[in-house]
Amino acid sequence: MNETELRTLTREFLAKNDHTTMDRVAFLRARFDAGLAWVHFPTGLGGLDLPREQQSIVDDELGDAPDNDPRRIGIGLGMAAPTILAFGTDEQKQRYLRPLWTGEEVWCQLFSEPGAGSDLAAAGTRAVRDGDDWLLTGQKVWTSSAHTSRFAILLARHDPDLPKHAGLTYFVLDMTDPGVEVRPLRQITGEAEFNEVFMTQARVPDANRLGAVGEGWKVAQTTLMNERVAIGSRPAPRDGGMSGVVAQTWRDNEENHTPELHDRVLDLWTQSEALRLAGIRLRQQLAVGSPGPEGSAMKLAFARLAQELTGLEVELLGEDGLRYDDWTLRRPDKVDFTGRGPGYRYLRAKGNSIEGGTSEVLRNIIAERVLGLPAEPRTDTKVAWKDLPR
Amino acid sequence: MNLLYTDVEDQLRASVRDLLTDRAQPAAVIARCETDEPYDLALWRELTGLGAGALHVPEELGGQGASLREVAVVMEELGRFVAPVPFLGCAVLATTALLGCKPGEEIRELLGALGNGSAIATLAVSLATAPGGTVPDAIRADSGLSGRVRSVADAQAADVLIVPAQGPDGLELHAVSVAQDGVTIEPVTSLDLTRPVADITLDGATSTQLAGPDVAESAVDGALWTAAALLASEQVGVAEWCLTTTVAYLKERHQFGRPVGSFQALKHRLADLWQELVLARATARNAADDPGELSASIAQSFCSTFAVHAAEEAVQLHGGIGMTWEHPAHLYLKRAKADSIALGTAGRHRQLLAPHANLLA
Repeated sequence: MNETELRTLTREFLAKNDHTTMDRVAFLRARFDAGLAWVHFPTGLGGLDLPREQQSIVDDELGDAPDNDPRRIGIGLGMAAPTILAFGTDEQKQRYLRPLWTGEEVWCQLFSEPGAGSDLAAAGTRAVRDGDDWLLTGQKVWTSSAHTSRFAILLARHDPDLPKHAGLTYFVLDMTDPGVEVRPLRQITGEAEFNEVFMTQARVPDANRLGAVGEGWKVAQTTLMNERVAIGSRPAPRDGGMSGVVAQTWRDNEENHTPELHDRVLDLWTQSEALRLAGIRLRQQLAVGSPGPEGSAMKLAFARLAQELTGLEVELLGEDGLRYDDWTLRRPDKVDFTGRGPGYRYLRAKGNSIEGGTSEVLRNIIAERVLGLPAEPRTDTKVAWKDLPR
Repeated sequence: MNLLYTDVEDQLRASVRDLLTDRAQPAAVIARCETDEPYDLALWRELTGLGAGALHVPEELGGQGASLREVAVVMEELGRFVAPVPFLGCAVLATTALLGCKPGEEIRELLGALGNGSAIATLAVSLATAPGGTVPDAIRADSGLSGRVRSVADAQAADVLIVPAQGPDGLELHAVSVAQDGVTIEPVTSLDLTRPVADITLDGATSTQLAGPDVAESAVDGALWTAAALLASEQVGVAEWCLTTTVAYLKERHQFGRPVGSFQALKHRLADLWQELVLARATARNAADDPGELSASIAQSFCSTFAVHAAEEAVQLHGGIGMTWEHPAHLYLKRAKADSIALGTAGRHRQLLAPHANLLA
């Protein structure tokens, strides 16, 4: 389908579905059914089997029509959906993708555990077969939107006698199951954007397994690959994002200007501009069909710059830098790194080099997969999971 | 905006790289730099034979009619080999200054000679001169040109000097043949072994005036801005050699019974360099694709620091061998450090971009 045809199709859809009079969810369902939700998905599952870049044509035509609030359902869109598409059965795709995309059902991701962070393949949440079901028992942590979620994608250990990677299976968990308990996890910012999730014999039908038994690690790779794409490749406009916020703070606080702060603000502004240009270049590579590994560099640079910029901003504020807006435990349903005050931004940015793969793990990945350097010798990949030191 | 390399640019890169692989191997480059002929003029003639001497000169002036994007690709390759040729002085600084003047007969002739390699020129300003300031006016035009300019790149190889000189009504631009008594070019012991600088002394030198006060200042400043923008691509080439060479060495070098590249303490440093390279390349391509003061200063601010970082890491991560004269890493360290001063330091460029970013002191 060429650009003109896609524009025509979108206009015809809008002519039949007037979002100014329609219920928002009904409009979104109709958009999904018309294949205009995510055009790179298959026909019948919200898409039209088109290249991903053509979505921008649809978005352009849709203008200010209501969207599905992607920030509220980012885990579903960025991680669950591509995984379901790649490994789900037809029934699973039909059941889950439409309400996921419209936002009627929010998704969360249950991967990390207190004992399995960077070493995700060490996850110990047990999955025990019980007739046509599985019973899950264990603890997950750092789960965004668990308290608003209907479903979770989850990694569990079906066989502790196998080596760590081989003993994992991937499931879809109904968060309303009585065996699931969600508790807020308070962060250094004061708020609880994440949760701890405790499972005590939570029941999952075998029909809610994604991929084969023992294929959990492979399925999780798909999820994580998409997470890095989602986090790394959305550059802000010049003077936008965190550097725009800090630049404005510089302009608004002339009484605190010193030559040293001036050079730092210019240096970080310039580096942010370099990151923005690299993001544009990355998208140009994608558009001509030659994606490079540069996305992992973007995430690394983004985290470092966010931390340096927000640290500088607190200093630029002088005596106002000594204050904080609010330590009250709150449970936001979406995250905005540049939202709230400078103290919050400074503290929240500390998470940028931990979430979605620590910067240290990312450096290992770059060194080994991009530069081809040899891996560290490992002692944990061939022994039974139950025999690993912990 | 296109920050990628086009097929034409890739072909240009391939032909330049083939030639340099043949003619600018590290051992030969190291051997040359302590001789009386630090410039490889035979190699320069071959490069001009490929059209590299007049890439961004319009076709009606005898050039290739290309853009700065192609010049930048050549700069990248010359940086990757630290090739001892007068490209920056002749094909960038002098040529761009000439293109900034009204194209009279002398200018057409000069551009033709520089493009086909029959003459070499450089712009008679210190390599440390930043754009965006007062154009240097140490030379006076008053019954011949007189005065002294220190640390000029590629002067040692030059047949012709393009000289900004202070005349009775303001800055003028002159062409000065070096083959005369009134011109002394004194090579100095330079930090950068593969692009040595020299001091120029003029004492009543005869000259041809190329431009008067109406355009001389903008021609010289424009050349400095263009050179600063393109230098970022050279810095990317220098840094990429440092990264690639160090990665290769760390895969081979064994200590403690394993390749040293398997130690996280080292591989993380290389991953950081690669990450900086991704950003640096984007700024350098942007400066070549969308020439202007802001894009040049962003690229210089980022790439100057980055190239020095890459070269310093190359020396350190090579261990003892990186500290030897025999290993070429030092050529890249010396080039990177000299480049960080050339055409404005990173800090100077940040000051220059402050008004563009609306971030005033």
